[in-house]
Amino acid sequence: MSLDAIELGKSGRLERRSVVRALLAERGDMLAIGGLGAPAWDITAAGDSPLNLPLWGGMGGAAMMGLGLALAQPSRRVLVITGDGEMLMGIGSLATIATKQPRNLSVVVLDNEHYGETGMQETATRHGVDLAGMARAAGITDARRVDKPDEVLALRDAIRGGAGPLFAQVKIDDASLPLVLPPREASILQARMREAILGPAAHLQ
Amino acid sequence: MQRDTLESAPDAAADWPDQIYDLLKQHGIRQVALVPDAGHARLIRRCLADNDMQVVTLTTEEEGIAMLFGAWLGGEKGVLLMQSSGVGNCINMLSVPIAHRTPCPMIVTMRGEFGEFNPFQVPMGNATGAVLEAMGTLVKRADTPADIAPTVDATLRLAFNTFRPTATLIGQRVIGAKTFGK
Repeated sequence: MSLDAIELGKSGRLERRSVVRALLAERGDMLAIGGLGAPAWDITAAGDSPLNLPLWGGMGGAAMMGLGLALAQPSRRVLVITGDGEMLMGIGSLATIATKQPRNLSVVVLDNEHYGETGMQETATRHGVDLAGMARAAGITDARRVDKPDEVLALRDAIRGGAGPLFAQVKIDDASLPLVLPPREASILQARMREAILGPAAHLQ
Repeated sequence: MQRDTLESAPDAAADWPDQIYDLLKQHGIRQVALVPDAGHARLIRRCLADNDMQVVTLTTEEEGIAMLFGAWLGGEKGVLLMQSSGVGNCINMLSVPIAHRTPCPMIVTMRGEFGEFNPFQVPMGNATGAVLEAMGTLVKRADTPADIAPTVDATLRLAFNTFRPTATLIGQRVIGAKTFGK
């Protein structure tokens, strides 16, 4: 993947959908959870898949869902892509995840410093809260801030090859993009992912 | 006053915590999410000693609702252990197993009822069953030691056979009332 694939928004910050496309391109059997709001639309825009679990609710729970999934499927990569507001609501889960040190779990926060779905009100990161620093202090050793295209590519490689847990705070442009909605019936979303992981036996467990 | 008298804990001879552990094994539970409660202390020790169980101590109980959903996505069964006050921290997150139609069994040790000493335990203890039922959870109570194992068994079966949040509430009368010399 070339640097040209990573775009910048009008603010000069990273364009969120090009970041997500890069992280999910040629993903193999990597599982992805998209946090409530724009990250769920972003993973869908990158290509809806049974390997995606876009969330329509459960604000604050995305990272912990990633932990449960990563513990259940230790041989697969699990990537949680969520927003700064969603992560802040479940910020304690960074401590919980750090205590388990799951090698196959990555949590990527797309940080536009606003609550995008509700009218662009400011989040705490707008006022300088350092999510990567909080993750590192919790005990997630590889906790990085990502501002530039080459850092996105390095993150992509780290998610695929490195030893987790990994946390990234990706500073993104705050433009609101057209909705790309996944299926809204959540029982289908979970059943299709379970079948993708477990095969038809998923429905007989 | 001894510190341990501030918390309700079962008599050391009580074997219902071991019966719950045996049920978790029979049902193939692999992930145990918890915020500690003195009433669950013996069960937690059993789980921690089991290399086939992942015990995850949460910072808040709602994390456990989310974690159990992730576990089920990956084909593993989990259970959430907490005290009644913790149920109040779970309310909105219960939308996750409800909307996705996934199992979410909870085993709750009750505070705020028989012989409670701490005023802060009463509001949520008094509301635990109503709050869970208002959020679509199948709630069963166990108020005698003999009731606990069959009730927990039913809670696990209902969760994994019918794909929804379920809860056993273990009454404070079973766990141990406190008099604090009063």
